[in-house]
Amino acid sequence: MDGEIFEIAVFTTAAALAATVVMLPPGIALAWVLARHRFRGKAVVETLASLPLVMPPVATGLLLLWLVGRRGPVGHLLEPLGIEIVFTPAAVVLAMAIMGLPLLVRTARAGFEQVTRRYEQMAETLGARPWRVFTTVTLPLASRNILAGALLGFTRALGEFGATIVVAGSIPGRTRTLTVGIYTYTETGQDARAAALLVVSVALAFGAVLVANRLAHVD
Amino acid sequence: MPTVAQDDVPRFELRFSLTQGAFTVATDVDVAARAVALFGPSGSGKTSILEAIAGLRTPQHGRIVVRGRVLYDTDTRTHVPVRDRHVGYVPQDVLLFPHLDVRRNITYAQGRRAHVNVPDLDQLLGITTLMDRKVVGLSGGERQRVALARALYSGPDVLLLDEPLAAVDLARRRLILDALIAIRDELRVPLVYVTHSPEEARAVADYAVVLDEGKVVAAGKPRDVLP
Repeated sequence: MDGEIFEIAVFTTAAALAATVVMLPPGIALAWVLARHRFRGKAVVETLASLPLVMPPVATGLLLLWLVGRRGPVGHLLEPLGIEIVFTPAAVVLAMAIMGLPLLVRTARAGFEQVTRRYEQMAETLGARPWRVFTTVTLPLASRNILAGALLGFTRALGEFGATIVVAGSIPGRTRTLTVGIYTYTETGQDARAAALLVVSVALAFGAVLVANRLAHVD
Repeated sequence: MPTVAQDDVPRFELRFSLTQGAFTVATDVDVAARAVALFGPSGSGKTSILEAIAGLRTPQHGRIVVRGRVLYDTDTRTHVPVRDRHVGYVPQDVLLFPHLDVRRNITYAQGRRAHVNVPDLDQLLGITTLMDRKVVGLSGGERQRVALARALYSGPDVLLLDEPLAAVDLARRRLILDALIAIRDELRVPLVYVTHSPEEARAVADYAVVLDEGKVVAAGKPRDVLP
């Protein structure tokens, strides 16, 4: 494996891991709110949370580009702080996290819905405050789903292409991921490198599915 | 309902009505007793009363006082949150936390109001050898004893027990019954005991409330009111 291929494999895995870490807190919070609360506009929130799943990834990428671009509603707030996102590794992580989030939210939500409210009530009778109930009862009882959701999000992040190429580009050694690399190498006739990345992709996917199946069967 | 007053005996005031859908439970009990049995057939509202005391259900009207502490009163808009009620609730399905081992189940509440002598309690309930077991493999009787320990470790003002012997095989019932009597007399934790067995009610309680279809149909000394 030449250095560039190795670098791309490591960068992609690291970025997907970072994206998973980034999506976990909002993903868990959103999943819990959707599982346990009724409020006005819930249908809108539910739909928004699923949107990246059904929207063309390139369109999501374009939306992100506009949001975090220098003149965008988020980007212009970050610029004075010296934070730039577009065409940086942060853009890769952002695109991956946004694309993985719906999978995490859906899976974790199902987990929270399965947690019997009465376990939480027992914890309350034992004097636990809401945060303690959540961290010691709700979260552990939903943990398998959360883990499965995180893994799904991670694999989605590994395979992310459309949004990444729009918002992060294909800068060698900076924002080039596996999928973007395969595309770029194929476009420029570097078939051997594209094939090498393909092998890496298969290996990573294989490992992820293996772990996922383990999680699903272990008691 | 008759009011029995004795100085050192804990007083319970359960006067409320609780409607859920088409079902209404109404009680009018004001009594000093070490153990109150709520007796009646399934669906007579026994569990609803326990859950109202624990704060898991909210009566539309009325007042709940346990050992002089007002837990709920619609007149003064008192509604003590579940976590501050200091009740040890053991539901019929015990609901031990499945992801924690016995020890961590039992000590879940510890640090709150630990005034119970813990080694004595472990001995009393015969759970010292169960500590490192997983909850999943426990028998009905073991689960019940662990659930009792978990409730008692929190140092409750009252123990709320829902059919504690229902899932326990006959041979072990006496063991748990004796433990409950010891809890009542030695640890001095009063009991509210839901059962549909007159024998159990007689063995444990010094006051019995007979319920049918959500209404109190009789209340008084177990030997006077139980079949």
